[in-house]
Amino acid sequence: MKVVELRGADKVFSNGMRGLAPIDLAVQPGEFVTLIGPSGCGKSTLLKLIANLLGPTAGEVAWWGENFGRVGEPGRRIAFVFQEPTLMPWSRVEANVRLPLDLAGIAPAEAAPRVAAALAQVELSGFLRHYPRQLSGGMRMRVSIARALVTGPDLLLMDEPFGALDEFTRNRLDDDLLRLSFERRLTTIFVTHSLYEAVFLSTRVIVMAANPGRIYAEFRIDEPEPRGDDFRSSARFAELSRELSQILHAASVAGAAVQ
Amino acid sequence: MTERTPGLRAAAPVAVGLLILALWEGACRFGHVPPYLFPTPSAIALRLVEQWPVLLRALGSTLLITVQAFVLAVVLGTLIAFVFVQNKLIEASFFPYAVLLQVTPVVAVAPLIIILVKNTALSLTICATVVAIFPVISNTTIGLHSVDPGLLSYFRMNKATRLETLLRLRIPSALPFFLAGLRIASGLALIGAVVAEFVAGTGGQSAGLAYQILQAGFQLDIPLMFAALFLIALTGVALYLAMVALNNAVLGGWHESARTEET
Repeated sequence: MKVVELRGADKVFSNGMRGLAPIDLAVQPGEFVTLIGPSGCGKSTLLKLIANLLGPTAGEVAWWGENFGRVGEPGRRIAFVFQEPTLMPWSRVEANVRLPLDLAGIAPAEAAPRVAAALAQVELSGFLRHYPRQLSGGMRMRVSIARALVTGPDLLLMDEPFGALDEFTRNRLDDDLLRLSFERRLTTIFVTHSLYEAVFLSTRVIVMAANPGRIYAEFRIDEPEPRGDDFRSSARFAELSRELSQILHAASVAGAAVQ
Repeated sequence: MTERTPGLRAAAPVAVGLLILALWEGACRFGHVPPYLFPTPSAIALRLVEQWPVLLRALGSTLLITVQAFVLAVVLGTLIAFVFVQNKLIEASFFPYAVLLQVTPVVAVAPLIIILVKNTALSLTICATVVAIFPVISNTTIGLHSVDPGLLSYFRMNKATRLETLLRLRIPSALPFFLAGLRIASGLALIGAVVAEFVAGTGGQSAGLAYQILQAGFQLDIPLMFAALFLIALTGVALYLAMVALNNAVLGGWHESARTEET
């Protein structure tokens, strides 16, 4: 069954601006789909439609073949990681990670081992009692990822989560993310500005163009999992990056030409 | 610039105070300033000790009015702020009147309140509450609005109820603003209480420090005036320090306002 399917979904903002042209897109279980494109191409808007943070102006979005009402049930869980860590500064790391479990009404005794396991996965086990401001930017982002993983999501949505981090930290988090999504057979939809990140992570890259925001091209990356530093430094990686770069360039020209 | 040790941080203002007192004492003595114009610190201290029972009772009375007004301002101000944030229209309709309350000088309103309300202690408390309530309303309102939009989206996405969002997100977000409001309100409650006492001019058992100042003025007992003034200032400082301690206790660890040197 398709995890997410958009059928002619578009978005016109209240000020009359067209954010997205009607979009058709289906994501299969286990895919790692990356949305990439020049700014203003609507990739964040598209992700928000998929997260139900925005409703489509026309067309429809289906989650596991149904409407949003059943999302949250076992096998239909969605987690979202924002550009910013978006942690509660007044809560310690453990309470931040436990938040989605608290909101789902899970008892603290049952939640505690799951929180510990999620933090172990992002290698932050020693930081349970820390406040977010005592952590570095990369560590905060890892807390944010632990908070997303703790619910055992089936679909993980990420909106440029590592955009504000330095390249070294970003590569490390990309490695971790890929390992986790591979181990858990997660379906992931990921927004990024970085084409290298897109090539490294994705099974499928959706290249978008602006004016109005639309899907310009699709680019499959059939490199098998698990991927690591070997892949990052391979000739194949360089070749894929070059191809994607050309498509991306064409997309930005196509988006600018309409103006 | 950073302080080297906490001890120096506490000692420095005390040293400045002692220096000023010494200069004051010296200037009055060597300049032969008469005590009914400007008394020496030692004369003030002596008067403070002599009149201690009277001053203590006056202090208790003023402090009671201040604390009552402060508590009332915090409770009412917070309730009003919660009503304001429920609905933009409610806030837009009533906020100007909260401002009106703020900009009208208490000296001008106090006589009216004192005439309308028979019970003196109650009328004084109402005056001081009127002065102290505005920062609580405005800060708490701003605080309840100042929620990280990302976290708000996160709560919505996790299907949090209105109550959960209020308890887990809006109230903690508002706390630093609320506590800053309390800090201002505590000082204003004292000012309101003293000003209202001046206007009311009531003596008897419930006479406060303002009444002592008035009386001392009539009798040209300038050292006693200073002694009462000193107690008012001391009360203000104590209230302020209590609010700082509360701020640090509540926000310790996570908020910049309660931040101590990094260890």
